[in-house]
Amino acid sequence: MSKVLSVTQLCKTYGEMVAVDGISFEVGCNEIVGLLGPNGAGKTTTINMILGVLAPASGRICIEGVDIATHRSRVLQRTNFAAVYAPLPGNLTVQQNLRVFGLLYGVKNLAERIEALLQQFDLEKFRDVKCGVLSSGEQTRVSLAKAMLNSPQLLLLDEPTASLDPAIARDIRSKIRDFAAQGTGGVLWTSHNMYEVEDVCGRVLFLSRGRLLLEGDPKTLPREHGKATLEELFISVAREPLTLKVE
Amino acid sequence: MYLTHIAAVVLRQFYLIRGSLSRVLPLFVWAGIDIVLWGFITKYLNTVTSAGFNFVPSLLGAVLLWDFLIRVMQGVTMAFFEDVWSRNFLNIFATPLSISEYLSGLVLSSIATSSVGLVVMVVLATTVFGLSFFVYGLMLVPFFLVLFMCGIALGIFGSGVVLRLGPPAEWFVWPIPAIISPFVGVFYPLSTLPRWMRYISRVLPPSYVFEGMRAIVSGGSTSPHGLLWGACLAVLYILLACWFFTRVYRYAVHTGLIARYSAETLS
Repeated sequence: MSKVLSVTQLCKTYGEMVAVDGISFEVGCNEIVGLLGPNGAGKTTTINMILGVLAPASGRICIEGVDIATHRSRVLQRTNFAAVYAPLPGNLTVQQNLRVFGLLYGVKNLAERIEALLQQFDLEKFRDVKCGVLSSGEQTRVSLAKAMLNSPQLLLLDEPTASLDPAIARDIRSKIRDFAAQGTGGVLWTSHNMYEVEDVCGRVLFLSRGRLLLEGDPKTLPREHGKATLEELFISVAREPLTLKVE
Repeated sequence: MYLTHIAAVVLRQFYLIRGSLSRVLPLFVWAGIDIVLWGFITKYLNTVTSAGFNFVPSLLGAVLLWDFLIRVMQGVTMAFFEDVWSRNFLNIFATPLSISEYLSGLVLSSIATSSVGLVVMVVLATTVFGLSFFVYGLMLVPFFLVLFMCGIALGIFGSGVVLRLGPPAEWFVWPIPAIISPFVGVFYPLSTLPRWMRYISRVLPPSYVFEGMRAIVSGGSTSPHGLLWGACLAVLYILLACWFFTRVYRYAVHTGLIARYSAETLS
């Protein structure tokens, strides 16, 4: 499996506080990798560094083998993201937002691409509605449509289904699974919903206090560490990371 | 540099202005009010001072030129503030957009928005108050050019200040033209100023424009060397402002301020 994302010995410190402490991992083509951990574990910090909006203290991030530190624009052309804390400007309509970001990502045949995404994410009726008046679930769908605009090689999703009802969340999961399976890209996904992670991710990475604690298949990892479910394993990582049987 | 990236920044501003009366009106209302106010003041001054001197080209012309600089500066800062107000930094700076493209987009937006204000001011000043631009001759072109460049430099610098200090620092940006105006002699010759203020005037490009304008109106000629020096200073200030903004941006990326901009500071 070819590598879409390669993170090597990534560190971020804020003064004395170590937010990310020398983590290394990869995301392969057609792979959905879950980045898990309790609040403050360093997930969003890691995603921000991969997006180029936060400079690492040390370490290397390569997307399709290209270093973001030296080829920022080229790398970000092939990357995109959706995060619950980064809604699109509420004073532009859905279509206007997609057009502006489509130009920023250099999307070819933009009008057709926007139409396809409006249809795919069931946003046609909101085309001329300002994003600020949409429900949180609808805004999430717009953010996901934006994230798919440039058919990214690397898709970063920070709790993408946090504000969606179960039916829409399942639909979104299915779309992202299709994206990973059909295209040539990979997905890095953070979520606190362990059912979702088990359902979607082929591999998970557990972060705690900025360190990568565990890595493996979400279906077998809990048993390997003496836990019945992924949720139990998550709680152990959050509460007592040092007591885990790390192999 | 990709034109589509720059076009995206301009298009965003176009969408915002097109759909909002509260964004359209400020493009020309305050500038128009200034021209009306100063138009009547100059008319009054023409009636109470010695016969033969016309205040319209010196005073009203100066107000028009100064307002143009303010519109250009605000054109840049307002386009930047749209990203501040909509908390859009994370979205926009996680795209392939480079800082030079972003700043170019802000400048192009400013050209469009300040042109609206300029047209309204020119129409009012010429039709209602009889201001004739033929008085200034071809020197009007370098006058506008120097003031335009100075407005761009101030706008980029002001945007950098807000990026560094957070949204409340807008307060620092709005009064910048008012702080500069006493030093550049918008309404009076620089010889009126005390010596220490004249030293500051020498490094401010608009000083050369307003001195040149007054020289032409009083029947003399403007110093091309002075104006050229003013233009060189304006170019230098644009470069310094871009450097400042880039430094602030890098600081924000290094410290995480871009990702947590709503917090205003990192402490």
